[in-house]
Amino acid sequence: MHGAGFFYQALVYLTAAVVSVPIAKRLGLGSILGYLLAGVAIGPFALGLVGEEGQDVLHFAEFGVVLMLFLIGLELEPSRVWRLRGPILGLGGLQVGVSTAVLAAIALVVGLDWRTALAVGVILALSSTAIVLQTLNEKNLLATHGGQSSFAVLLFQDIAVIPILALLPLLAVSGIGAHGDADAEHADTWVAGLPGWAETLVVLAAVLFIILAGRFLLQPAFRAIARTGLRELFTAAALLLVIATAMLMTKVGVSPALGTFLAGVVLARSEYRHELESNVDPFKGLLLGLFFISIGASIDFGLVGAAPGRILGLMAALIVSKFLVLLVLGRIFKMSLDQNILFAFSLAQGGEFAFVLLSFAVRYNVVGETLAGTLIAVTALTMAATPVLMLLNEKLLQPRVGTRESGEREPDEMDEQSRVIIAGFGSFGAIVGRLLRAKGVPATVLDLDSDRVDLLRKLGFEVFYGDASRSDLLHAAGAGEAKLLILAIDSVEKSLEMVETAKKYFPHLTILARAQSRDEAYELLEAGVEHVFRDKLDSSLKLGVEALRLLGFRGHQAHRAAQTFRRHDEHAVRELAAMRHDQKLYLGAARQRIEDLEELLQGDLADPGEMWDAGWDPDSLRQEYGGRTREERDDS
Amino acid sequence: MQRILILFAHPAFEKSRVNQRLAAAVQSLDGVTFHDLYEAYPEFDVDIRHEQALLEDHDLVVLQHPFFWYSVPPLLKQWIDLVLEHGWAYGSGGTALAGKRVLSAISTGGREEAYRHGGHNRFTIGELLAPIEQTFVLCGMKYLPPFVVHGAHGMSSGEIEEHAERYRRTIQALRDEGSESAEDAL
Repeated sequence: MHGAGFFYQALVYLTAAVVSVPIAKRLGLGSILGYLLAGVAIGPFALGLVGEEGQDVLHFAEFGVVLMLFLIGLELEPSRVWRLRGPILGLGGLQVGVSTAVLAAIALVVGLDWRTALAVGVILALSSTAIVLQTLNEKNLLATHGGQSSFAVLLFQDIAVIPILALLPLLAVSGIGAHGDADAEHADTWVAGLPGWAETLVVLAAVLFIILAGRFLLQPAFRAIARTGLRELFTAAALLLVIATAMLMTKVGVSPALGTFLAGVVLARSEYRHELESNVDPFKGLLLGLFFISIGASIDFGLVGAAPGRILGLMAALIVSKFLVLLVLGRIFKMSLDQNILFAFSLAQGGEFAFVLLSFAVRYNVVGETLAGTLIAVTALTMAATPVLMLLNEKLLQPRVGTRESGEREPDEMDEQSRVIIAGFGSFGAIVGRLLRAKGVPATVLDLDSDRVDLLRKLGFEVFYGDASRSDLLHAAGAGEAKLLILAIDSVEKSLEMVETAKKYFPHLTILARAQSRDEAYELLEAGVEHVFRDKLDSSLKLGVEALRLLGFRGHQAHRAAQTFRRHDEHAVRELAAMRHDQKLYLGAARQRIEDLEELLQGDLADPGEMWDAGWDPDSLRQEYGGRTREERDDS
Repeated sequence: MQRILILFAHPAFEKSRVNQRLAAAVQSLDGVTFHDLYEAYPEFDVDIRHEQALLEDHDLVVLQHPFFWYSVPPLLKQWIDLVLEHGWAYGSGGTALAGKRVLSAISTGGREEAYRHGGHNRFTIGELLAPIEQTFVLCGMKYLPPFVVHGAHGMSSGEIEEHAERYRRTIQALRDEGSESAEDAL
């Protein structure tokens, strides 16, 4: 319909996103609600710009969820996942189990067959990874106790989808219900027709393959790609990696999101992690946006309009029962009240898995077509309601609850972002990095020399490959939360580029830059960098001090001379930087500066008592208390 | 023979008259370690372990410095703060210095009359040195009556030479006898 070429669709979706998201953001509703509303607007029940094909777009856009899980995996090192095993299994298992029981009981009460009730219960027990994680991320709540618990539960749900898919056919109401197309879809995988134990073995083999490939194959591959220096090749490789993983997992009958999550975790310790992140992130953002738009577009308002009371009732029943179960579980797991409420609000909706599982259940005759349609609408509406509920929680409820946990209280749970980013880890940056590390300040290091990155990582440094002049890479390296950006690279052009990027996208960052010459210092100062350090200044002054000492000067006197020289010279550089472009003014001022310094130095040589540090031995004091001047004394 | 450690602190030694001569008078005496702090640590980065080892190797510590603003020069204060560690110099187990002796050897710009009640400086030298005395008493050390050169600002070469000689004799006596009589000589 609508002559729906690719460009037409792109035009509609992109326009909807570009128009509605800024408006939603402006109104404080968050981007997800914006996307959802955009979907509703272009959907068949408002403007009607997209129709049936919305469903296909939804399938395509689900890939955004896959990318998101990959990115989350990248952020989570294996040890962190291991530390989360308690919440994942305990909290996640209980949430799925108890919610299933409660929802199934409700379904039984309204008169469904027990098998249908159980299927509906387990399908609706799952929550929406996409909505929840994106919302928590946007609100910067992912690192809080409640956020972490939500994440753990979602991870368990992702795993649980596999056995649920296996369970659903067993719940078929009429034994002969298995439809051909369902079989056909299953036949598409490699595990079709295999006995259960073999299927498990194949899945385990695939998982093992991902882990081993991530460890031993990808590292050299990425290094080779990095050496070419072609950025787009890296993007291609990153996407290829995700798509290949997703396909492999689909082939063995596992959720592709889970597979890419695993791939992400395996690569979390890789030096290419930040580069991968920044390459995949825009795709994830776009596809997730598309995903949310399609959810909005696919809400069947015809169905809602026909029985608004029924739909609203079901929505309320779903949200309230899930909410209460979560609240009780949070209590058991000793969450503080504010975190518990956050946790419960986060996960109280139906999830995108419900769409897949419901159509699957229909094919196997577990759930009737009409019921499935209703439930899909309810699920989509509860997903759409989640950002609203979270907003209400944030604005109305949380201020009343009191103790607000800050996102920084449990930095160990989520990958804590370093407060310092060091660009360039050559001899200069390495010293800075080592000093910071000696004082326990973790720094994220970015370097463009893949061989050096490799070597330094072998020595145990946290170094990542990447070009720090890219805003997306800076973002991935944690520039949003960092305090300092240290530019220690060789090329001043690159440094200036980074300064520009940082000033534009991360104005809160304090920049400390290295300059290899006076001219470079001028340029950096002019670009607005306050903390500029000339490479050679300190070492040459040190050498000068040593030379003076070898000539017989007192150590402290030489040191003080160097300090004075330094202060004077730093001041001069800053003053001259301002007038550098006015050639005449500059030359005049420079000459004056040199003369000043000479005078100062000569004065010091001629009369060590007068120019500096007069406080230690003032002649005036001698004169007053001693009654004699130095000249007289020297004569005596 | 008592082993003597002279901790010498003068930020502008090259400009000093009195302290140059005083230092020269004792620098090369047998059994005396002359430790020029401003030369050893021009950037104030005191090597704590090295200083503690030096203290352990000596019986008597002399703090020689100009009496700037009624106190020790900043590097000597830095030295006190860093070297006299809790648990080493004082506190439980801090007995490394117990039984050793300390002597302040200072030069003042003002004349002796200024350092008395009602005088220009309102307090006696002993009173003004109380914080230093207490510092070392807390470390279990015996604080000797100070060696003072008053009126350094207006002193003739001959006068300075007399003081230098007096300083040398005092240090020698402390080294050779370590007895009450040497302390009496102060």
